[in-house]
Amino acid sequence: MLEHFFPNQLTRGLIECLIAGLTALIVMLAARRRAPGLIKEVPLAELRGVLQIVAVGAILSFLLHGPRWTSIFVLAGMVIAAASIVRKRAKQIPRAFMLALTAISAGAGCILCLMALLGVIPLSITILIPVGSMVIANTMNTQSIFLDRLRGEVTAHVGEIESALALGATADHALSPYLNAAFRASLIPSVDNIRSLGIVWIPGIMAGMVLSGSSPLYAALYQFVVLTTIFSASAIACLVASNMVTRRLFSKHDQLLLHP
Amino acid sequence: MGRELPSTPPRMLVNDATFSVTKGEVLAIVGPSGAGKSSLLRLLNRLDEPTHGTVLLHGEDYRNIPVQTLRRRIGMVMQRAYLFPGTVAENIAYGPAQHGQTIAHDEISNLLEHVGLEGYATRNALTLSGGEAQRVAITRALANDPEVLLLDEPTSALDEAARSDVERLLESLIRERHLTCLWVTHNLEQARTMADRVLMLEAGRIKAIGTPTEVLGA
Repeated sequence: MLEHFFPNQLTRGLIECLIAGLTALIVMLAARRRAPGLIKEVPLAELRGVLQIVAVGAILSFLLHGPRWTSIFVLAGMVIAAASIVRKRAKQIPRAFMLALTAISAGAGCILCLMALLGVIPLSITILIPVGSMVIANTMNTQSIFLDRLRGEVTAHVGEIESALALGATADHALSPYLNAAFRASLIPSVDNIRSLGIVWIPGIMAGMVLSGSSPLYAALYQFVVLTTIFSASAIACLVASNMVTRRLFSKHDQLLLHP
Repeated sequence: MGRELPSTPPRMLVNDATFSVTKGEVLAIVGPSGAGKSSLLRLLNRLDEPTHGTVLLHGEDYRNIPVQTLRRRIGMVMQRAYLFPGTVAENIAYGPAQHGQTIAHDEISNLLEHVGLEGYATRNALTLSGGEAQRVAITRALANDPEVLLLDEPTSALDEAARSDVERLLESLIRERHLTCLWVTHNLEQARTMADRVLMLEAGRIKAIGTPTEVLGA
């Protein structure tokens, strides 16, 4: 119906955004008693989200006409933004920005390079940036869960950790059970995404590929590629973070620094 | 030595605490809540870092001793047992395993028998009562064969019956093994009967140190 009234694609897109945004506001108004704080947050989040995504769209349409190497800068910018978001979630962990930056760069960077070198992800801006952004964003989420869960585990088990230290354990050994718990918890969503693929949800990239004319079977297989790539990047990022985080939670004399 | 918290204004947890403990001596540490008793113990096995001064262990600056070795030599029993998931035997073997030693099953059984927990080796450590758990925690600390034992109110979280049981156990262990012991306690009667000397802390400072009669009166 909108197509009839707004033949121009850009105008139609703005109207669609307006309708979707207003619907979300109405839903939020209806639920205002449950979460009064969200009434202020939702319009701001919508405004911020639409401006950011429009900016990305503008950059993409500019890059499509530029050289391929420019995508490296876009992806690097995304990694920095992701690390900054993780830092906000992990304020109690010292130097969390550098930790997240290293972990996300190592996880997403290694896997994207490997997949690009093997030809699994074509070196084309229109594919590299959207797929890269999905890998970076999901690695970021995994990092946030990992650090948040680890903080929770450590503050809930200060007695056990200090008992282990008092018995002569190293900080690495004392922290190990809680690192394992955080590692597992952070990767559960990625594993569940792979497990439920096609049954519970048909992710966006597959829908997009089908809409743009790819064979549904190839689109389905490619979706699996993307999700397993996300899992690998997230797992590498968590491994890197696990190795870096101990020295942020303990002094050089193996004294626990993070307390409730 | 002492420890200052980097807050505004700076807060002294332990202030210029200077004292010595001789081998085999039992030093009771008493004082009101918040006096810095637990903070003092945490400085002694370097769970916290002194901001001034140091500790000498047999004349050696403890900062020159690897921290894992130091903590094995200065054992600690905390207010709560904080046992690890696994069996009682695994908990007792934990300390020796940290420096590559395996503790024989028979030895674990003997240790447990000694603290009144015969046949508990294969029990799940997390299903024990408070008193039983604290006995395991004491055994776990002793399995490292420490030169000094720090007791941070080990009975304060127990009910009355368990408290007197664990206190009796500690008293007999200290006497039998001639342990060098720093015992934080609220129980002045216990300090009077068990300690060779008593150290009274107030607001992080040593208010008095001497024999129980000198510090606590007759």
